[in-house]
Amino acid sequence: METPTKLPPSSPSSPTTGFSVPSAEKVDGFPRRSMRRARQRRSHSSSQFRYQSSQVELTPLPLLKDAPVAELHDLFCKKLQQCCVLFDFLDCVADLKGKEIKRAALNELVESVATSRGVLIEPLYPEAIKMISVNIFRTLPPSENPEFDPEEDEPALEASWPHLQLVYEFFLRFLESPDFQPSLAKRYVDQKFVLQLLELFDSEDPREREYLKTILHRVYGKLLGLRAYIRKQINNIFLRFIYETERFNGVAELLEILGSIINGFALPLKSEHKQFLVRVLIPLHTAKSLSIFHAQLAYCVVQFMEKDATVTEHIIRGLLRYWPKTCTQKEVMFLGEIEEILDVIEPSQFIRVQEPLFKQIAACISSPHFQVAERALYFWNNEYILSLIEENCQVILPLVFGTLYRVSKEHWNQTIISLIYNVLKTFMEMNSKLFDDLTSSYKVEKQNEIFRL
Amino acid sequence: MGTGTGGDDSLYPIAVLIDELRNEDVQLRLNSIKKLSTIALALGVERTRTELLPFLTDTIYDEDEVLLALAEQLGSFTVLVGGPEFVHCLLPPLESLATVEETVVRDKAVESLRKISQEHSPVDLEVHFVPLVKRLASGDWFTSRTSACGLFGVCYPRVSSTVKAEIRQHFRTLCSDDTPMVRRAASSKLGEFAKVLELDYVKSDIIPLFTALASDEQDSVRLLAVEAGVSIAALLPQEDLEDLVMPTLRQAAEDKSWRVRYMVADKFSELQKAVGPEITKNDLVPAFQNLLKDCEAEVRTAAANKVKGEVLPEDSRETIIMTHILPCVKELVSDTNQHVKSALASVIMGLSTILGKDNTVEHLLPLFLVQLKDEYPEVRLNIISNLDCVNEVIGIRQLSQSLLPAIVELAEDAKWRVRLAIIEYMPLLAGQLGVEFFDEKLNSLCMAWLIDHVYAIREAATCNLMKLVEKFGAEWAQNTIVPKVLGMANDSNYLHRMTTLFCINALSEVCGQEITTKHMLPVVLKMSTDQVANVRFNVARCLQKIGPVLDSSALQAEVKPVLEKLATDQDMDVKYFALEAISGMYLFNLPTYIFSETFSFSSILFFFFSFSLSP
Repeated sequence: METPTKLPPSSPSSPTTGFSVPSAEKVDGFPRRSMRRARQRRSHSSSQFRYQSSQVELTPLPLLKDAPVAELHDLFCKKLQQCCVLFDFLDCVADLKGKEIKRAALNELVESVATSRGVLIEPLYPEAIKMISVNIFRTLPPSENPEFDPEEDEPALEASWPHLQLVYEFFLRFLESPDFQPSLAKRYVDQKFVLQLLELFDSEDPREREYLKTILHRVYGKLLGLRAYIRKQINNIFLRFIYETERFNGVAELLEILGSIINGFALPLKSEHKQFLVRVLIPLHTAKSLSIFHAQLAYCVVQFMEKDATVTEHIIRGLLRYWPKTCTQKEVMFLGEIEEILDVIEPSQFIRVQEPLFKQIAACISSPHFQVAERALYFWNNEYILSLIEENCQVILPLVFGTLYRVSKEHWNQTIISLIYNVLKTFMEMNSKLFDDLTSSYKVEKQNEIFRL
Repeated sequence: MGTGTGGDDSLYPIAVLIDELRNEDVQLRLNSIKKLSTIALALGVERTRTELLPFLTDTIYDEDEVLLALAEQLGSFTVLVGGPEFVHCLLPPLESLATVEETVVRDKAVESLRKISQEHSPVDLEVHFVPLVKRLASGDWFTSRTSACGLFGVCYPRVSSTVKAEIRQHFRTLCSDDTPMVRRAASSKLGEFAKVLELDYVKSDIIPLFTALASDEQDSVRLLAVEAGVSIAALLPQEDLEDLVMPTLRQAAEDKSWRVRYMVADKFSELQKAVGPEITKNDLVPAFQNLLKDCEAEVRTAAANKVKGEVLPEDSRETIIMTHILPCVKELVSDTNQHVKSALASVIMGLSTILGKDNTVEHLLPLFLVQLKDEYPEVRLNIISNLDCVNEVIGIRQLSQSLLPAIVELAEDAKWRVRLAIIEYMPLLAGQLGVEFFDEKLNSLCMAWLIDHVYAIREAATCNLMKLVEKFGAEWAQNTIVPKVLGMANDSNYLHRMTTLFCINALSEVCGQEITTKHMLPVVLKMSTDQVANVRFNVARCLQKIGPVLDSSALQAEVKPVLEKLATDQDMDVKYFALEAISGMYLFNLPTYIFSETFSFSSILFFFFSFSLSP
């Protein structure tokens, strides 16, 4: 049975809730890149408000901490039901009293689940899941900017976040509570629930995706029966992203979860997992928006290799097949990934791919875009890669020699030329005999060419 | 590579092809695939079948670009393999292509398969084609099953009833496939498949599938079912519609996903047509009202495009629009979303023909006025571009009285496309309003456009003047516009001076010989000494243009010396156009040597200049 590696317990963003989160728990294994970008500029509503029946007037309930033990569960349940009422956040002054009551109730629920023991009893499960579903499951609104570019544009932020955040926080605390019993939860957190949860990853709001990521990871870790289903649905989301829509905001987050899932795969790898690598992860490299999730994708790919070295050839040949033809920015990313791969490659696997690989590297070195050439030449600064090259100098040097020699004479960029000189020097020291042979045959060939003309 | 160095010369083409197909350069591989028909022709039908096709089938692992070209080529290969009798030879390579990951390749392979399916005899269809469809339909990976969805419809009508039953079964299975990609493909082909089925099977097979797909857990599947619903509704007799499709369609119009509701709004006209006037009146009109009030702008935009309700029953159309649609339209006019308003503006004028004069004046005119003053130029533009519909209904006088202030405001709009649209309506307005009204209210606008900073506006303004003179006559021109136009010849801005020339180009013919000779020609001739070369060569062009209007004495005495002088100008473009004018007007018997290729270079240069001149 595979076990996903542990993500540190976390609260994805420090909440403005009524209680403070211990600072040790704020440490989160995930990068916060997306969080920093999120500046409140415009916010959007969800489509759910049209289904809202006439507003119910909320009345404040007694505080949970003041309730006698006998009435605690009943009150908890009432608060959950109260939190099922949805408010219109586009109209920021509408029903302020009701919003405040719900916010206070959610805060109390979060605190109660996080700190007291024995609160989560069986009858509360369906109520809690219902409250969560009613609040978070909604059709995401159309993007206000049809050409939304996740790299350039500000994301549209969810207007109802003041409540939504607390609901997510509650869900997370619920899943992480020591009282949480998967055997009870699985009746309510079922396939349909998970599918809706996965669809929310398309949210433009990075804060929401951050929560979803941690929550899905917990669900995957605790509800074993859903694992295969979750993987399959993530597969489908990726395939739709690659071959149909090219748009899905949560690819990076899903890949991050997968990274830890792959890490926990049992050996030998099942064919399902290999198929996922070859038919989903590798084709993901073709996406236009690769830069947004490339770090996570490369991490997944390298995880696979570390699990099972025999997939190396599939990976390298796959990357070579999808090598960017015109986008130099992507080319630099590919080269970065190749270096990460070479960092952990087994020498026996290296031999199997060195030929096509170094043909591509030679092509990159002769790229007129100096960043591409530079990135490729940096490989020679990596000691492990250098040792692999040295061992296979007889094969590799003839593949790159002509390019190195030519580019050293022709490239417009001085940095590239000096990098190439270093590389040529390294080769000369590695195998001076071969180097000299190649130099003279190269010169003869050049002569012949001139002669033919 | 010496694949073809044997003694047999006829092997040469395929050897070259194979060499090229193995070349590292994608472009070469692509070229060789695109020449595939030539190679097949050279090989002859038999060797194409026995050598070329197996080779292609085996080597299918390449760049998607090459595969796409291959998939396309094979669709028109029937003749090259020996005609319909042998068409099934093409199936193996196309089958492989129909399973690749890349959507464009797969779609092209399916397109080619559909094409060649028609060339199969009924027997071949059952022996070769249907088994292929079945293999694809039960393939492991979703790609082959997706491709299969597009092939059922083309073979169904031409096979025996047993095979038909099998095909229906396969289609049913794919409609409940595990992967949403396949269900999407099935959903998108459901309508097409329904069309070739016998009516009984439409009822017994298609309806349950339609209902299931329309309530799929994925909205991307549900929205495709809406389109299928339109096709299915068109197939069923009226009495079955209420029970079989309407519940599902009603549900789609209120789907929780805006994408599905959008689809309903987008297909609304087709839907009305398919279900007929009665159901439209009772069922679709209320649904449509909701779509117009939808909470998502995307849905409202799609719905706003359909407010004309072309398919409403003739007799009750006006009442329905007045009582049910118009109140919603009134709200949309002040929608918060510009795309909604813009969509509405492009169709709202069309309502006037349906509602008649009185209703238009009472209900629609206020709305037009609001939209004419909308903050978004696109909204204003859409209204102006459709003024003619309203003109037909209420007449220009009423239109101009109520709309004129707004129009005058738009004439100075900051967006040049809006100004352009207004200019195009000027001749129409002028003709209807009469000279007096025009001089009073609009003349100054027309002149102001001549010095607009956008070339397209100046050009349109020039053309506008010509049309005005056609309406109001030469005398009016002489009194009102010619002095102003000629006055611009002394402007310090050379673009304005050129505008004078462009105006003269346009006006000389409508103004007639007298005005042209007496008033315009002296100005043009004077401008021949302008310090800007562009002005000078436009003088040459202008003289050529107005030449036919002038009498021969003026030509000989005044035009000829000036052109001769220009022909010796130091600027080569001025020279070129001067000579061009001279020869074009047959002023002199010029020796032909002047028109050697020396001038082709300058004419090329001229094109560069004329592009860089238009801002």
